[in-house]
Amino acid sequence: MAPHDMNTDDAPKIVGDPFKMPDLACGAMADSNTFKSAPEHNEPLGFPGELLENWQEVAIAKIGELAEKNRAFQVYLDTCVKCGACTDKCHYFLGTGDPKNMPVARQDLLRSVYRRYYTFAGKYFPWLVGARDLTREVLDEWYTYYHQCSQCRRCSVACPYGIDTAEISMAAREILDSVGVGQKYCNEIIAKLKRTGNNLGLNPKALRATLEDLEEDLEEETGLEVKLPLDVKGADILLITPSADFFAEPQIDGLLGYAKVFHAAGVSWTISSYASEAANFGMFIGSYENMREVSWRIRQAAKDLGVKRIIFGECGHAWRVGYSFLNTLAGPFDFLDQNYPIPQHILEFTMDEIDKGTLKIDKSRNDEFVMTFHDSCNVARGSAMGRKEGGQFDLPRQVLKAVCNHFYDMERDTIRENTFCCGGGGGLLTDDLIDLRVKGAKPRMTALQQVTEDHGVTHMAAICAICKSQFTKVMPKYGYEMDSILSVHQLVSNAVILEGQVDPEDED
Amino acid sequence: MLSTLFAVLFYVATILLIVGTGMKVLKYARTPAPLKIPVSPAPRTRRGVIVRMGREVTLFQSLFKSNRWIWIFAMLFHWGMLLVLLRHLRYFTQPVWWWVELIQPFGIYAGFAMVAGLVGLLVRRIAIQRIRYISSPSDYLMLLLIIGIGLTGLGMKFAMPVDIVAVKVFFLGLMRFEINPLPMHPGLLIHLGLVATLMIIFPISKLMHAPGLFFAPSRTQVDNAREFRHLSAWASQLPPLPEGIPTEEKG
Ligand code: SF4
Ligand code: SF4
Ligand code: SF4
Repeated sequence: MAPHDMNTDDAPKIVGDPFKMPDLACGAMADSNTFKSAPEHNEPLGFPGELLENWQEVAIAKIGELAEKNRAFQVYLDTCVKCGACTDKCHYFLGTGDPKNMPVARQDLLRSVYRRYYTFAGKYFPWLVGARDLTREVLDEWYTYYHQCSQCRRCSVACPYGIDTAEISMAAREILDSVGVGQKYCNEIIAKLKRTGNNLGLNPKALRATLEDLEEDLEEETGLEVKLPLDVKGADILLITPSADFFAEPQIDGLLGYAKVFHAAGVSWTISSYASEAANFGMFIGSYENMREVSWRIRQAAKDLGVKRIIFGECGHAWRVGYSFLNTLAGPFDFLDQNYPIPQHILEFTMDEIDKGTLKIDKSRNDEFVMTFHDSCNVARGSAMGRKEGGQFDLPRQVLKAVCNHFYDMERDTIRENTFCCGGGGGLLTDDLIDLRVKGAKPRMTALQQVTEDHGVTHMAAICAICKSQFTKVMPKYGYEMDSILSVHQLVSNAVILEGQVDPEDED
Repeated sequence: MLSTLFAVLFYVATILLIVGTGMKVLKYARTPAPLKIPVSPAPRTRRGVIVRMGREVTLFQSLFKSNRWIWIFAMLFHWGMLLVLLRHLRYFTQPVWWWVELIQPFGIYAGFAMVAGLVGLLVRRIAIQRIRYISSPSDYLMLLLIIGIGLTGLGMKFAMPVDIVAVKVFFLGLMRFEINPLPMHPGLLIHLGLVATLMIIFPISKLMHAPGLFFAPSRTQVDNAREFRHLSAWASQLPPLPEGIPTEEKG
């Protein structure tokens, strides 16, 4: 179905079941193809500009190379028993009914080729084990369906062997890139980041101007000089935040929230123009080298500015890279203050300040909102927070409950480690995939509709820039206003009263 | 003649099973995991991981949460098979260990449980559209193979008894590299033939899920990436990236 076929009339009118099983619709999403990258997007990333002449040979060799370099890839290709426990766990399958969006079927697109060239059974009895040759059709099919996976890992939680389709998707995208078939959205962004330090291509001047505007807004609101410092040498904290926080709603309001918390805590902090991006799309394309290069900027910025701590803003996959990979890719961070986690999440910081009592909070300022929380998958299933297991689920909720009076969780099987992806993660947040994004959001949206029905929930908070952009776009298709998605630190910002703040309510 | 053939078959099957599986396991163990990818709920300590894996192996914890029917059939099959296998130790030990004696009666029920679980899995595979879609011929054959082993085994117990003393003499003999006559009982020969087949295909099939489970980074890694730097051998060999910020990029 072409993107323009999707209209609001398709939106469910009554509250449905987020787990409702679709009928199998073979080929339903076969035409959903995201734009391919041009040579100028691929080459800066170290990939061939166009499809190689000997692509088949190179792709097959790459499968072997990855199997030797990545235990997960090797073991996951071998151990699936086709039990089917994962088949109904993917939001893209639930939303589209296309059987190739069942996690195991998605893995099989690549596993069938691996078997053909790398296993005894596949070499001599291909029909028996579903092995197949790597043809042009197969390559195209990979491109289509490995760009219908947001690498959310919900299937991995369900699998008795922990088989993680995200690992297979990442590997598949790396194989595609290595033969010259890349995705425009991701590769263009990585190339841009390597040029300018952020995904938007904002240069330091433009960034400074944006931050100054925001400082003015803050002064208007509070009557105080709340700073958004840029490139301040010798600051204590380096804030690494997604560049969407500088220009998109509701992300900006989250950024203002961090600024207020830092102000109230009385710490010195700064943003870096060289590393003005938390997002790391190197992860989406499965490229260790690109992910390492992007992460390396953070290390250099921290060293150059002479900071003591690194704090990440609200971004899902960035926090996965930050929490789980940064130490590997750009460590060891022995030049930072070892008394704090490296890196730290802004929610860990805010929670500490709430516990210490440094923040003066008036919860009633959020009374117009009846809140729920969307666990962003990369935070929920690929990282952690705080000192206790499950902190990545509890901290956001504790902070929300500390700043809001009305909070209700969605159904248990749609949150925490079982959270449904927003439908736009994993490098799919592009207009050419809008049909897929709307359909993939369905399980999450249905779960939201349930709590709206049961508890009158009006708004949903998230801690991922991609989730926020995605929801802004798709919520109207499900009967919500586009501003029904909020940043967690936006609610913090609403409720916090800074010392000396001129309260607008006091004025009248 | 047939006895010799089966003797050779079992020697070959045993060697292929041990060497093949051993090689695969070695390969898994040697392949590095470049990144920390534990999946939630991820323990923060090694102890926690041991507990997690213990629950996965004995209770199929994730499967319990994700699909109750598969879980029921899988538990019946795997636990049934374990008891049946332990019961079979009596053909390989002299004198028979006391606890092997003890479980003999349970082993018989376990045989039924095992076959029931397998039939359940087979029916699901055929009846449920999603699972039929992901199944290859080998997936059905594998189930039929093990069902065949179970049914011939139960058949010899209840319908067409076999001279188990002779069977025991045969296998004890094999362990001392002597070939004794195997009873020429069609049920027994089919049973043993299927068992040898299963042993041979084990290392080259999805049956590798059994050892593979212990090498899945998503389940076996400790969630402590911030505290301890994890670096794979090949990644440590990558060319170093330039230090410092290039002047043209200074803000
Ligand atoms: S749950 Fe795991 S083993 Fe079962 S079909 Fe899915 S990936 Fe394969
Ligand atoms: S990782 Fe997420 S998007 Fe990808 S197959 Fe699994 S459930 Fe679907
Ligand atoms: S965009 Fe958000 S919900 Fe979607 S994959 Fe990323 S973190 Fe998950």
